[in-house]
Amino acid sequence: MRAATSQSWRDWLLSEAPQSRAQARAGQAYRRWRGFTENWLGVVGLVIVLTLIGMAIFAPWIAPYDPLAQNLSQRLQPVSWQHWCGTDSLGRDIFSRIVYGSRVTLLIVGLVVVTVGPLGLILGCVAGYYGGAVDRILMRVTDIVLAFPKLILALAFVAALGPGLENAIIAIAITSWPPYARVARTETMVIRNSDYIAAAKLQGASSLRIIMLHVVPLCVPSVIVRSTLDMAGVILTAAGLGFLGLGAQPPTPEWGAMIAAGREQIFDQWWVATFPGLAICIVALGFNLLGDGVRDALDAR
Amino acid sequence: MTEKALDVRDLVVRYSSRAVVDGVSFSLDPGDSFGIVGESGSGKSTVLRAIAGLATDRSGTIDVAGKRLGAKRDLAFCRLVQMVFQDPFGSLHPKQTVDRALAEPIAIHGLGDGERRIQEALDAVGLGRGFRFRYPHQLSGGQRQRVAIARALILEPKILLLDEPTSALDVSIQAEVLNLLKRLAAERGMTMLLVSHNLAVVAHMCERVAVMQSGVFVEEAPSSRFRSLKAEHPYTQTLLDASGGFRRGLAAGLVG
Repeated sequence: MRAATSQSWRDWLLSEAPQSRAQARAGQAYRRWRGFTENWLGVVGLVIVLTLIGMAIFAPWIAPYDPLAQNLSQRLQPVSWQHWCGTDSLGRDIFSRIVYGSRVTLLIVGLVVVTVGPLGLILGCVAGYYGGAVDRILMRVTDIVLAFPKLILALAFVAALGPGLENAIIAIAITSWPPYARVARTETMVIRNSDYIAAAKLQGASSLRIIMLHVVPLCVPSVIVRSTLDMAGVILTAAGLGFLGLGAQPPTPEWGAMIAAGREQIFDQWWVATFPGLAICIVALGFNLLGDGVRDALDAR
Repeated sequence: MTEKALDVRDLVVRYSSRAVVDGVSFSLDPGDSFGIVGESGSGKSTVLRAIAGLATDRSGTIDVAGKRLGAKRDLAFCRLVQMVFQDPFGSLHPKQTVDRALAEPIAIHGLGDGERRIQEALDAVGLGRGFRFRYPHQLSGGQRQRVAIARALILEPKILLLDEPTSALDVSIQAEVLNLLKRLAAERGMTMLLVSHNLAVVAHMCERVAVMQSGVFVEEAPSSRFRSLKAEHPYTQTLLDASGGFRRGLAAGLVG
């Protein structure tokens, strides 16, 4: 009985003759999902990212200790059943700090992607669609920003704005939109000469309508792929700023800052720097794998 | 004298300073069907794109229903003139369902009663309910071209521009689509401007035919004359012979 129901659901989703808008959309999403799950590495990436999100949401229930509670009698304890990842030089439980640190990491990644993706997408589509002077001006600005190494430019911004989490996010956002604009522009230049854009023009669609409803939806997949692959870089930049003391300020549990704090003891108390480093490594890897999986799933037309 | 549906005078269109269309004039009365035939690169499609406002570097005048066209096309023009493109695989947005494609012109022009219009347009081109929510990749070439025709018809235009509407289709589907277009044009009293490389198609569809070569009309005549395989210009005679099938001597003549 249950098998029969799931079979009919599948038929409904994969129907070649959908009966409603909702069914057409659900079917399209289901086909994408099937394409994505064929790639097990992508699924591993998704699991890692979902774990990160779960950790951030349920941090108070997962973390065994208060991430900020100092206990000098317990300082630099090695890995044990009490402290799964040991304790740092102020006696704070490293596992709890990593769990809470996932919130900071997600906040940075989320805010950067939310601001950078749409900005780069719109700029690229506008430049690519209009061409000519608009294109030249927008793309030269892009080139100028692109010419600076990301971390150096972010450093300069943070130095000017003052250290702190918000400024780190702003600095990363300002330095990471150009690649999105380039990707979107390249795609738009192919799309704008196609017959379906000509048909839309001939139906009287305004430039705004064509860009927002016809061009942007076709550029979104590559921007999503790009941003998923970029998230690893964002995490590394954020951790780099944290490591240099320009990102999240103590006592906020930020992974990069935690590594910096463990620098002194790296030979005697290896766990202080190692576990946050592992966390960064695994999460960056997760986002990369997810990005590859999403790219493969969306590219297959 | 009645107002011309379409009046083109001394049309010259350039692509990067090369004149692709080099002084073409013709006019169509309402309800006329006019065909332009010629080989690839003769500039026949460019005539249509210039009328549609898609080829912008042009001189000469184009009057539609007595109104002179400038560089920009307004909404009123779109309701008057619609176009069906050559390649049905490229003329439908790959991420939009048939429903979206047909709803778009209704939304742009703020027409009410969208549900009925979409249904009527699909019925007119012979696509059933089952096709409405499909994506282009779920349709065959002939079905896609029917969707493109439905999209052109939804604004109820008076003039239909057809840019090789069947050359990307299977031979077995071509006749179906051509007859559909002919019937729709007759039913709705539309003026039809058809461009094709196939003289047989044009002669079947249109009352008058112009033969185009290297950007100019070399011959213009009622299509009945072409049906009897007579032509004045030697190039037209070659085209006529070509539509009769492959002959070794003819191929040699074309190369030489």
